Amino acid sequence: MTIGFHQKDFLLAVEGLTVSFDGFKAVNDLSFYVDENEIRVIIGPNGAGKTTVLDLICGKTEATSGSIRFRGQELTRMTENQIVEAGVGRKFQTPSIYDDLTVFENLEISYPRGRSVVGALAFRRDAAVRERVEAIAEMIFLKDRLDINADLLSHGQKQWLEIGMLLIQEPALLMLDEPVAGMSVSERIKTAELLKRIIKNHTVLVIEHDMKFVEDIAHKVTVLHQGQILSEGKMEKVKADPKVIEVYLGH
Amino acid sequence: MTDNPRFLSRGELLAMAVLALLLVVILPLALDIFRLNLVAKYLTYAFVAIGLVLCWGNGGILSLGQGVFFGLGGYCMAMFLKLEASSVENTKIQSTPGIPDFMDWNQLTALPFFWQPFHSLVFTIVAILVVPALFAFIIGAAMFKRRVGGVYFAIITQAVAAILTILIIGQQGYTGGINGITDLRTLKGWDIRTDGAKFILYFVEVVLLFGCILAAQFIRRSKLGRILVAMREKEDRVRFSGYNVANFKIFAFCAAAVFAAVGGAMFTLEVGFMSPSFVGIVPSIEMVIYTAVGGRLSIFGAIYGTLLVNWAKTSFSETFPELWLFGLGALFIAVVLAFPNGLAGIWRDHVQARLGRLLSRLRAGSTKTGWAARPGAGSVADGAAAE
Repeated sequence: MTIGFHQKDFLLAVEGLTVSFDGFKAVNDLSFYVDENEIRVIIGPNGAGKTTVLDLICGKTEATSGSIRFRGQELTRMTENQIVEAGVGRKFQTPSIYDDLTVFENLEISYPRGRSVVGALAFRRDAAVRERVEAIAEMIFLKDRLDINADLLSHGQKQWLEIGMLLIQEPALLMLDEPVAGMSVSERIKTAELLKRIIKNHTVLVIEHDMKFVEDIAHKVTVLHQGQILSEGKMEKVKADPKVIEVYLGH
Repeated sequence: MTDNPRFLSRGELLAMAVLALLLVVILPLALDIFRLNLVAKYLTYAFVAIGLVLCWGNGGILSLGQGVFFGLGGYCMAMFLKLEASSVENTKIQSTPGIPDFMDWNQLTALPFFWQPFHSLVFTIVAILVVPALFAFIIGAAMFKRRVGGVYFAIITQAVAAILTILIIGQQGYTGGINGITDLRTLKGWDIRTDGAKFILYFVEVVLLFGCILAAQFIRRSKLGRILVAMREKEDRVRFSGYNVANFKIFAFCAAAVFAAVGGAMFTLEVGFMSPSFVGIVPSIEMVIYTAVGGRLSIFGAIYGTLLVNWAKTSFSETFPELWLFGLGALFIAVVLAFPNGLAGIWRDHVQARLGRLLSRLRAGSTKTGWAARPGAGSVADGAAAE
């Protein structure tokens, strides 16, 4: 069977994925495969089901049918925290951070140790944690902000912080939902620089509207439309596809 | 600070010292035994308040049914004391001697099986801690695993409080009904009704209270405490950072239940009886009000709040019994609208901030304005500069 063959080759294999909300199929018989160390960008008009696909992979939404295999594990049957432990990290569209905690504490909570109740009670902030948090903070341009409360950060800094919270988990697959949305021009440039550094040694699944940015980073682009794949391939090929121009890139 | 957080901050250490001074030295010296016993009764609610700070203040889980756990702890204690008071010679006028009087009145002829183990003090003490924890675990697992939270959870806990009250009142022969379990006399032969015993019990209670404070503080200072705060703000982010959110909520709820149960058990010892009027909806909501007035984010605030509101309750309800409940309701609304962080918030934002400014002005002389002493002023400026 070809399905069995795919499972060995790909980091993430989505096959026949369907989710219907009261009869409305937000994602309809969707199949795609992501290689190890690939940067895959999902684009498409509003309501195409892009965010829903990420929700399905990370377990936020339950699939109606279909399978999502990640390193040979069936994600559709796992709980959210098991999926995280399997190595899938997810960044939300709006910055999702803990306002009442400091930047350091935000990163520390995401550090992958002491995730059980007893583990959290016994967790000590040792040198390994501190070094890792500081290294990540440096990467996300927040090294001198470690001690301030996260609600005092700017919108762009909050986005960076959430990216940092993801990185500290050391996921095998990073999923980013519009990482540069709502950022100022200078923040956007810095974020692009940050993402380019991150994607060197990660497999990344990104949703993004900024076409310049997509062209910069994508190995492969998947265009979604009404819950189905409209086109898939290299950016040049997708850009030239008349169907894509019609529903998304045109005008 | 990127070091491990200090177990008690300077402010908390001060608050704890002041509380210890008040409870251990000032009140016992200043009050007669009747008033001191009243304080002891108020303090039993402070145990509940500590649990609510952890569960509601830190974790955002509002329980309107803490009376259930207070009651379970109290009833466990009362069952032991009642069995001791119902010795065969004390009850020889009953048709069945050796069982509690209310059972005899309800035509029971033998001690029910679930009363049997309460002959043992060790079992009773274990039951005081384990029964409420187990009950909280069952409620918590049923609710949190299904992602029931917020208002729905609060309403369900309230329903549980109502159900337990109805059950206790309805099963008169097993529970003592609406009167509760009364006429408790001795603990292992030690008469708990004397002034001397009340004095000693007061100090036992204070020691237990500080034990609970330290336990709660340990939880709040651990990473689990920070996860509770994180869950209160962005539950999904915690879930997608690899935590099983339901387990953490169940833990917080169980911990709060155990604190409440210790308070309930002490209540039975101090007051000498336990009845369903401390289990139901009204007492459960009152306990939330004590916490809210004191400050749901501060253990010490909640304890002071509990003492103050109860003291006010005693004073006002003696003079204006029918107005008191309206007064309590108004107080709650006022606190929620104007001071969401309660007395502790007022202390921190107004008194402490002003003191800090005053001190730094004294230190810096008249040349400096003292702005730097304002908490947060520095970091706001930093945040603005970063934009």
